[in-house]
Amino acid sequence: MASSSIDALGQFNLTTGLGPLGAAVGFTNSNEMMLAAAIIIVALFSLALNTAAIIPGRFQAAIEMSYEVIRDMCDETMGVEGRKFFPLIFLLFSFILVGNLLGLVPYFFPFTSHIAVTAALAIFVFLLSTGVGFYTHGFGYLRLFVPEGAPIFLLPFLIPIELLSYLSRPLSHSVRLFANITAGHVLWEVIAGFMFMITAGLGTAGILVAVLPLGMNVVFTGLEVFVAVIQAYVFAILTCIYLKDAIHLH
Amino acid sequence: MNDSRDKDSFEQRLAAAREKAGLDGTPERSSSVADAGGAATLATRVIVELTIPIVLAGLLGWWLDRVFHCAPWLLIVSVPFGMAAGIKGVLRSAAAGGKT
Repeated sequence: MASSSIDALGQFNLTTGLGPLGAAVGFTNSNEMMLAAAIIIVALFSLALNTAAIIPGRFQAAIEMSYEVIRDMCDETMGVEGRKFFPLIFLLFSFILVGNLLGLVPYFFPFTSHIAVTAALAIFVFLLSTGVGFYTHGFGYLRLFVPEGAPIFLLPFLIPIELLSYLSRPLSHSVRLFANITAGHVLWEVIAGFMFMITAGLGTAGILVAVLPLGMNVVFTGLEVFVAVIQAYVFAILTCIYLKDAIHLH
Repeated sequence: MNDSRDKDSFEQRLAAAREKAGLDGTPERSSSVADAGGAATLATRVIVELTIPIVLAGLLGWWLDRVFHCAPWLLIVSVPFGMAAGIKGVLRSAAAGGKT
């Protein structure tokens, strides 16, 4: 553990997972975590719901509540026509949520901290919503780029602006999740690095002083749990909003 | 009368015990963590909303310049549009009340 410098980004390096077999096929630690997230989600739901009681226990109630929160969000943003996209949105929410939370466990890898992962999800949502828009409205979907009630002579300015903000959707969608998760983990690493710097610099007295950054990291852990949940929710609600535009136009 | 006084003191002791056990929560502390998380979310949101269209417009203008061999004019034209789109995004997110 080098005390002179803090390697805050080394934690995001990909290594191979699942031993020699994983190394042979290029199965990374990120893929391991995705697989773990998928297994955890399926296991949680099957365990909670296979003895579906009419009066749910705590476990079943918690799982049912997560379902209801996302379903209400879908209904609020997209209306009844958006019901058919609920499974997709719930899948995105639960996958990202479990991925974010798994990433908070020491030695585990936060796969949502790689923009390749978040961009893949965001580009999929972007292509899907564009496809749904053209499927429902035909070329009328292009009216999305013409703000209602705008004077004709302003349209040459307004259409490029709308087009740019539409094209930046997948970027901002993916960057927001990626940046929040990465920033949290970098902050943790930097503050933990202070502990080693202080102990290396001050010796035994430094151990006492190093309690301060440790305490900060404890506080940040609470913050990170909150951010992990809120970012999964934000990703899901943005997906809802983009699909709403595709279904209803404006 | 005696009965009601007992009841009052019982309510007081119950409230004190609940507070001690943390059952009623400590609103100041829990909300400050939530506020900090919400603020961090809002901060990244505004930064992303403002910068992404500008960067995208710049890249698009630069690429179109290369295609049509007219550097730097399309870049110069496209970046202000990106800035406008960025400002519009921030305004829209402010109108949504920081909900997303």
